[in-house]
Amino acid sequence: MPLTTELRVYDHDETPPGTWPVFRVMDEDGSLRDPSVGQSYIDSHSPTLDEAHAIKMFRTMARLSQMDHIFLNAQRQGRISFYMSSQGEEAVHIGSSSALTLQDTIFAQYRETGVLMWRGFTMDQFADQCFSNKGDLGKGRQMPVHYGSRALNWHTISSPLTTQLPQAAGAAMAMKLKAKREGKDSSDGVAVCYFGDGAASEGDFHAAMNFASTLETPVIFFCRNNGFAISTPVRDQYRGDGIVSRAKGYGMYGIRVDGNDLFAVHAATAKAKEIALRENRPVLLETMSYRVGHHSTSDDSTRYRSTDEIKKWTEEDNPIDRFQRYCEGKGWLDDKMVAQIMDEERMQVLQALEKAEKKGPPELSTLFDDIYKEKTPELIRQEEALLEHIAKYPEKYQGGGH
Amino acid sequence: MLSSARFSVKNALRLNSRFMSSTTEVPVREALNMAIDQAMEEDDAVYVMGEEVAQYQGAYKVTKGLYQKYGERRVIDTPITEMGFTGLAVGSAYKNLKPIVEFMTFNFSMQAIDQIVNSAAKQYYMSAGDIACPIVFRGANGIAAGVAAQHSQCFAAWYSSVPGLKVVAPYSSEDAKGLLAAAIKDPNPVVVLEQELLYGTPFPMTEEQMGKDFVIPIGQAKIEREGSDVTIVTFSRGVGISLEAAEELATKGISAEVINLRTIRPLDRETILSSVQKTGRVVSVEDGWPQCGVGAEIAAMCMEDDATFDSLDAPVQRLCMADVPMPYAQNLEEAAVPTVGDVVESVSKIMVRQAAA
Repeated sequence: MPLTTELRVYDHDETPPGTWPVFRVMDEDGSLRDPSVGQSYIDSHSPTLDEAHAIKMFRTMARLSQMDHIFLNAQRQGRISFYMSSQGEEAVHIGSSSALTLQDTIFAQYRETGVLMWRGFTMDQFADQCFSNKGDLGKGRQMPVHYGSRALNWHTISSPLTTQLPQAAGAAMAMKLKAKREGKDSSDGVAVCYFGDGAASEGDFHAAMNFASTLETPVIFFCRNNGFAISTPVRDQYRGDGIVSRAKGYGMYGIRVDGNDLFAVHAATAKAKEIALRENRPVLLETMSYRVGHHSTSDDSTRYRSTDEIKKWTEEDNPIDRFQRYCEGKGWLDDKMVAQIMDEERMQVLQALEKAEKKGPPELSTLFDDIYKEKTPELIRQEEALLEHIAKYPEKYQGGGH
Repeated sequence: MLSSARFSVKNALRLNSRFMSSTTEVPVREALNMAIDQAMEEDDAVYVMGEEVAQYQGAYKVTKGLYQKYGERRVIDTPITEMGFTGLAVGSAYKNLKPIVEFMTFNFSMQAIDQIVNSAAKQYYMSAGDIACPIVFRGANGIAAGVAAQHSQCFAAWYSSVPGLKVVAPYSSEDAKGLLAAAIKDPNPVVVLEQELLYGTPFPMTEEQMGKDFVIPIGQAKIEREGSDVTIVTFSRGVGISLEAAEELATKGISAEVINLRTIRPLDRETILSSVQKTGRVVSVEDGWPQCGVGAEIAAMCMEDDATFDSLDAPVQRLCMADVPMPYAQNLEEAAVPTVGDVVESVSKIMVRQAAA
């Protein structure tokens, strides 16, 4: 795919001829591909992309990376039942999340942990959810990595793929109407909907694109094209030019970005948001990167791809390394600092893990909560029967967990 | 088409009307329209979405006049994608709008069933109370006339098995208006199973029932006819044929109590069980298939309750649609669906049990 240093979001009537180009600011070695253009993007960042901010971004990527590594191992050790990592997509997460605010409402798929992390979800909250313990915001209702946070305007992860796409269009519609009713020119935020290259094959994708366009809703459809859907490589998933090329068919804006380039992801996301808010139209944004890790802890990806391929991406085009090299070039990081940050984040993750492991299971008395806004008589009846039963055999209902 | 007297809901109407001082005859579709109109007038967040609901006035004219009154922002014609518009509506409900999603018939809701069950129904629980979904799914359900297998299925059993959903099934115009109004006001996702064959049937409505504050609480059944020998538990079209059957049974000296469930989830256990305890015999009547149907739930309920089980003088009977996809030919269709005669026979079967010789 051709690379471009021009930040351009294409409308449907002016799409690029041939293969859509990949927008990039920073090369693999951390240097700006086109210094004058690249520097202007960096300089126009809001908030300012200064040393402090850059280190914060690096640190967050480091924390995500450590979390993935440690939680994966925790699953293999039998301490949590399941985990999904984001290895290889750290720049996609932090780059995009740092261009959004809490006014933007997020619908994600399951491989966007870093987006939530940047928004403020703590390691304790992550660990509590994965351990499904009594501190879990989700009250022990969901499998690991199905995070939810009303406070951070992040919709609880829902397993069926792609259902979040038309929902995001609907949420954006509601946000647009709310702004209208309040006499505002535009909505306070956009809906941002993350999904993968495989999810884009579902019928819901087509319906969502169509609706977002015809109803004119401020939503960013953010496709993380990482090359795989479990074992299905993109060659078997579609034959068109990735996902972004479909934008033209729906009358939408589109842009393709180098997902391993933190600056490019940030700039493109900010631009997409600006357009969506100003024009009340959806934008299809596709990041190109590589899923370094397995699909989940239930997968062994070496069964369908070579370890050489994985190694190549890890060593030659690593998003964290690329950003690190840029920061080193600016004198903001050196080996010692990097090692220290990695170590600090590792400790933080380990502590959260250990703390969460000891917290104990959620209260059985919450089993019948939140089915409806108010409990129906039948539920109350069942709950009373259960609590009575537990009171009779307390020793049979202690502890547990999966 | 379905002109035989045994099948006539108009007969049920005559039997059903009360001679009140000021009632107006209102067809069910107009009662539904009233409920939606009044809700939209009162609450700006309420909007209607579906195929043909706006300019066409609704495939069954239930949304007639609403587009003209409220405009395209609140009465939305959708492209043909049930999964798409249901997903969109669910997302908007997550953001505090109150969508009324119309399925042309619930047969088409299967295209959207993942959004209904996996998202709308479960999300409040999965998000531990973070994300509510105040949405209404409504449309024609169950047996129609001459539309065969893919347009005649009853989804009461399917939807009513799901925790997180509420499911109502109106019979009369009063039911239709009161239950739909309650559904729209309810902060939980509610499935409203209407009956195409009843849309044109007029029922008497009082001023109060036509007013904007009229609501029938969800979860409460109605005893349409009191009796002492047998309890007939039913909903929707089944109410009409059961009331007719009750008349016929009366001539044979059998006093039947007819319960209109009105709500399928949550079921009004108290009304059902106390009636069965009174009569000792029960027949459930539904337009769905037998296996794992509403009747199966009624039977289980009667046996699980000690007092009710003790009071049973006969096994619970269930009358359902034949265990076949609905055929098209008129004679086949008539043979496959519960009729007044079938209700009478089901009751007669359990009135006197002959001991084996």
